[in-house]
Amino acid sequence: MIEALAFYMFAAVTVASGVLVISARNPVHSVLFLILAFFNSAGLFVLLGAEFLAMILVVVYVGAVAVLFMFVVMMLDINFVEMRQGFLQYLPIGGVIGLILLVELAVVVGGWQLGPAISAAGVAATPDVAQVTNTQALGQLLYTHYIYLFQAAGMVLLVAMVGAIVLTHRKRTGVKKQVIADQLARRAEESVKLVKVDTGKGI
Amino acid sequence: MAEVWDIYLWPLLWTAIKIVAIVLPVLLSVAYLTYAERKVIGAMQMRRGPNIVGPFGLLQPMADGLKLFLKETIIPSGANRVVFMIAPMLTFILALVAWAVIPFDQGMVLADINVGILYLFAISSLGVYGILMAGWASNSRYAFLGAIRSAAQMVSYEVSMGFIIITVLLCVGSLNLSDIVLAQKGMWFIIPLFPMAVIFFISTLAETNRHPFDMPEAEAELVAGYNVEYSAMGFALFFLGEYANMILMSAMTSILFLGGWLPPFDMVPFTLIPGPLWLAIKIAFCLFIFLWVRATFPRYRYDQLMRLGWKVFLPLSLAGVVVVAGVLVAFDLVPNAG
Repeated sequence: MIEALAFYMFAAVTVASGVLVISARNPVHSVLFLILAFFNSAGLFVLLGAEFLAMILVVVYVGAVAVLFMFVVMMLDINFVEMRQGFLQYLPIGGVIGLILLVELAVVVGGWQLGPAISAAGVAATPDVAQVTNTQALGQLLYTHYIYLFQAAGMVLLVAMVGAIVLTHRKRTGVKKQVIADQLARRAEESVKLVKVDTGKGI
Repeated sequence: MAEVWDIYLWPLLWTAIKIVAIVLPVLLSVAYLTYAERKVIGAMQMRRGPNIVGPFGLLQPMADGLKLFLKETIIPSGANRVVFMIAPMLTFILALVAWAVIPFDQGMVLADINVGILYLFAISSLGVYGILMAGWASNSRYAFLGAIRSAAQMVSYEVSMGFIIITVLLCVGSLNLSDIVLAQKGMWFIIPLFPMAVIFFISTLAETNRHPFDMPEAEAELVAGYNVEYSAMGFALFFLGEYANMILMSAMTSILFLGGWLPPFDMVPFTLIPGPLWLAIKIAFCLFIFLWVRATFPRYRYDQLMRLGWKVFLPLSLAGVVVVAGVLVAFDLVPNAG
């Protein structure tokens, strides 16, 4: 019973904060509600027994991605009232996309319900969760069974990162930069000159 | 009725009692950490420190707390009220909930979860939100600058902390904190992983916004950074949260590198002292280094801080992961292999 109560609490807060993400007037509040939604989804993962995924969700999304969102949203000076004006104009397209996703989800879940063979094929790929901890299960899947795909995904990410840096980096002139090696290489002989000044003459 | 009591109410009550038994000592140590800080730094700078209120000034933390409690809470008129009020509470709560997974002795832990270290890492990475929310909601330039610095700083140092935790996990083969401590029965990890331990400790300084990395509240340039608009209990909660975080990070360092509740040698005079006391001694030692660093070093410049995080610690800790993993595989030392 406690589990059911916890589930309804997490689920209700997730859905409610999800709605508030898109309806809050203040963008910073939107990001805060997004964080609340992430957090409660992590709670749902814990209820499912997927504690590793729950923690990773918090570490990666709440701890890093949402911080950057917040960073950007707080600093940007965008007129959000203006941005909202196209809302009705884009509503049909958004609605159609949402409908397609809903139908696809229904097909997947319906497939599991109607054909036990399909769901059996899906589960067979993972080790039995009752026997290994889910950290181990994920590790075996990612680093043992699908290591080449995993490496390929890593390479794609690396290329994307290099691409982003190349595209946005620009050489600026006249910027003063600290070069630690130069500072350490300086010696007293080349930077300080002792002068014996005669009285009344100056240098 | 008796059934309801046995199944639902009693476990709830028992958990609540255990939570109080953890939180009370933590809060008391927070109060006396502020006292210790002033005494230690006073001694290092040849001053006396607090010595008026009570014997040796021992009641000073209570007096400070009472003073902050009785002050007026001021909310700036331009502030975003709700977020402004939530921010200090969030900081304080996050500093306390992390203690749920800290093992004080064999089996003496509130929640012995499989992914304990990840939980700690997740909670400590959330600490940035309190500061970020405070800085934004204050609607003040200084507070905002402090918050932005803090966000960049904490995200940067978390990365290298994550890699160092991975090196420890490679040696343990489990994410459970009790397992991590028990794996150090023969030798504390500070001996084989000494460079990692040093980098980890410095990263915790940055993560808790302590000297010499206290950029978010650099009083010389930002007045007091993110908490400049806070008064009374709001300020007190930030303050307590910061000190509770220091204790938490010291506990984390003790568990990862100093063998948690284990005595240094498994022989008679050392094993007589109970485990929780060993953990407390180790935490106190780490905290002393925190205070020592504050009394000794000048504040970093912001670009130097970023350089240290991204260009020095990140490559070093990444190399550490590669070296540790390589050594473990080469000498066939991988735990739980097969």
